[in-house]
Amino acid sequence: MPVSLPMALAAAASPARSRLPFDRLGLVVAVLAVAGALTPFAGFRANRIVPGTGVGLPDALPGWELALVGSVLAAAAAMALMRLAPRFRLLISLAALLALAIAIGDAARFLTPAGDKISRTSPATGFWLLTLAYALMASDAVARLKLKPWTRIGLLAAIAAVIAAILWSGLWNDLSVLREYANRADSFWREAGTHLVLALGSLLAAIVVGIPLGIVCDRVLPLRAVILNVLNAVQTIPSIALFGLLIAPLAWIAASVPGAAALGIAGIGIAPAMLALFLYSLLPVVANTVAGLDGVPPETEEAARGMGMTGRQRLLQIELPLAFPVILTGIRIVLVQNIGLATVAALIGGGGFGVFVFQGVGQTAMDLVLLGAVPTVALAFAAGAILDAVVEMVSRREQAA
Amino acid sequence: MKPGIAVRIVVLVLLVAFLVTPQSFAFVFAPLTQNGQPPIYTQNSLLNLTLNHLLIVLIATLAASIVAVGLAIVVTRPAGAEFLPLSRMLSNTGQTFPPVAVLALAVPVLGFGTAPTLVALFLYGLLPIFENALTGLTTIPPDIEEAARGTGMTEWQRLVQIELPLALPLILAGLRLSVTISIGTATIGSTVAASTLGEAIIAGLINSNLAFVAQGGLVVGILAILIYDGLRALERQLAARSGLRVR
Repeated sequence: MPVSLPMALAAAASPARSRLPFDRLGLVVAVLAVAGALTPFAGFRANRIVPGTGVGLPDALPGWELALVGSVLAAAAAMALMRLAPRFRLLISLAALLALAIAIGDAARFLTPAGDKISRTSPATGFWLLTLAYALMASDAVARLKLKPWTRIGLLAAIAAVIAAILWSGLWNDLSVLREYANRADSFWREAGTHLVLALGSLLAAIVVGIPLGIVCDRVLPLRAVILNVLNAVQTIPSIALFGLLIAPLAWIAASVPGAAALGIAGIGIAPAMLALFLYSLLPVVANTVAGLDGVPPETEEAARGMGMTGRQRLLQIELPLAFPVILTGIRIVLVQNIGLATVAALIGGGGFGVFVFQGVGQTAMDLVLLGAVPTVALAFAAGAILDAVVEMVSRREQAA
Repeated sequence: MKPGIAVRIVVLVLLVAFLVTPQSFAFVFAPLTQNGQPPIYTQNSLLNLTLNHLLIVLIATLAASIVAVGLAIVVTRPAGAEFLPLSRMLSNTGQTFPPVAVLALAVPVLGFGTAPTLVALFLYGLLPIFENALTGLTTIPPDIEEAARGTGMTEWQRLVQIELPLALPLILAGLRLSVTISIGTATIGSTVAASTLGEAIIAGLINSNLAFVAQGGLVVGILAILIYDGLRALERQLAARSGLRVR
C-alpha cells in the first residue's frame, strides 16, 4: 500500500520545482536519449555466436525512415524537458516507444542481406538506452497520473495488443531473437505451457492447502510458531538445491507406491519442480492468511458473536472476507515469485522458459537467453501489475463497504 | 529465547566443523550417493566456496545499501522530489524481475564469472532496502519534524539527527530481507560460473549425486537462517537502545 508522504510532498510542492525552467526527470530522459542516439543502435553478426559490429542509428535505417524516426525521437526528448501535463507526456513517450519498436524491426530488415538466414541483427546499446529513456518517461507519467486500477489494466492490455500486432505482422521477424524463435516455435509454445502449468498449478495447490493452514495457525497458537518457522526455513533453501533434493523422495515414491508413476510422479521432470514451487508458495499464503485474520478488529468479531453467528458463519461471512485483500497480496507475491522460479525447473528437466535461458547460457548464444528471459520478465511484470490492480480494487471495495 | 540461542550456537559450530573437515561428515551424506559416488564435493574446497559466497553477498549488499539509502535520501529532499513517484514505481516493478533472468541478461554485458552475479545481487538487493528507506523517511511523524524545525535545526541536522535514526530500524529490516534474498540468489550465480556454493549443487545435478546437492543446499540454508536471525537480533538491540519498538 502506498504510504502517505506528508513532508516530502509538501516540501516539494512548488519552490524547488519552479527554480528550474525544465523538468528534472525530463533532463535525465533527454541525456539518456542523446547517449542512446550516439551509441550503436543495432548489432550485426555474420552468424549466431561470433562477436558483432555496432551500427549507429544513421546507418541502420533507410534515409526517409531515419528522418521520420529521428524527428519523432528528438521531438519527444525535447518535450520531455517541458513541463507538460502527465497525460501528454504519456502519449508522447508511448509514441516514441512505438517509433523505436518499428525502427528496430526495419533496421534488422535493412541490415540483413536479402535471403541471408545465418547472419543476425539484434538491438544494441543505443536501442536499449533510448527504450530506457522513454520507458522511464512513460512510467513517470503513469505514476503521476495515479491511474485507476481498471485504467492500468486497460493500458497494459493495449500495450500487449500492440506488441502482439507487431509480432503478428512480421515486422520483427529479422531480429535475432525471432530467428531463434522461428527455429523452435513448437518447443517455445510447449515450454510456455509448461511454465504456466508450473507457476499456476503450484499457486493453486498452495491456495487450497495454505488458506486452511493459515486458519489453523490463527486458531491454534502453539501451532502457529512451528508452522511459520518451518515454512520460513523452507524459503531459505536455495531454489536449485530444493529442486534437486526433491528428486530422491519422488523417485522413491514413483518406484515403490503402486500407481504413482502412472500419475506422472517421477524423480526428474515436472513433479519435483511443481512440489518445490508449491513448498515455496506456502509461506506467503499462510503468513498473509494469518496476518489478514489477525487484522480483523476484535469488536467486529464481538459483534458477530453477539448476533449469534456460529464459528463457521463468522469465519466465512466476516473474517475471511475482511482478510481477503491481505490474502490476495500474498497470492500476488507467490504468483510473481513462481513465474521467476519456474525458470530454475529447467535445471532438473522440468521444462519451462528456463530451458532456453540455460541452453543459451551454455552455448553463449544470447539470443536464446533472451528468448527465455524476455517472456519470463514480461509474464512476471504483467502478473504483478494485474494483481496489484486487483488488490487495490478489492481493498477499495472493502473500505467502501 | 535461551534455548533458541543454544540451538543456533550448536548449528553454527556444526557448520564450521563441517566446512573445516567435510570428510569427517562423509557418513552423513553417504546414504544419498549411489554406485560409490564420492559423498563430499572436493572439486573446490567447501570452505573456500562458502567464503567466496559470503564475500560476494557482502560486497553486493554493502554497495546496494549505500546506493539505496543515498537514493532514498535524494528523492525525499525537495530537490529530488520530482523523482519520487517514478522511483517508487520502479522499485515496486523491479522486484517482479526474476533473478535468473537478471543474471542471464547480465552475462552478455559482463561475461561469465563473478561479475554478472555481483551486478544481479546488487540490483536485486537495492530494491528492498530502497523501498524500506523510502517508507522510513516519508513516514516520520509530522509533529517530530515540526519540533525539529522549531528548534532551529538545519535540513542537514534534521536528516542526520532525526530522520535517519528514526528510519534506521526499517532500513535494517530491508537490509535483512536483501541479504537473505542475495544468499539464495548467489547460488544461482554458479549457473554463469560464479564460484559460490551453487557449484556443488550444480555438480550434483549434473552427476545426479544428491549428496552434493544436499550439502550445498544445507550450507546455504543454514547460513541464510543464521544471518537472518543475527541481523534481527541486531535490529532489536539498536531499537532498544534508541527507545523505539520494532515488531
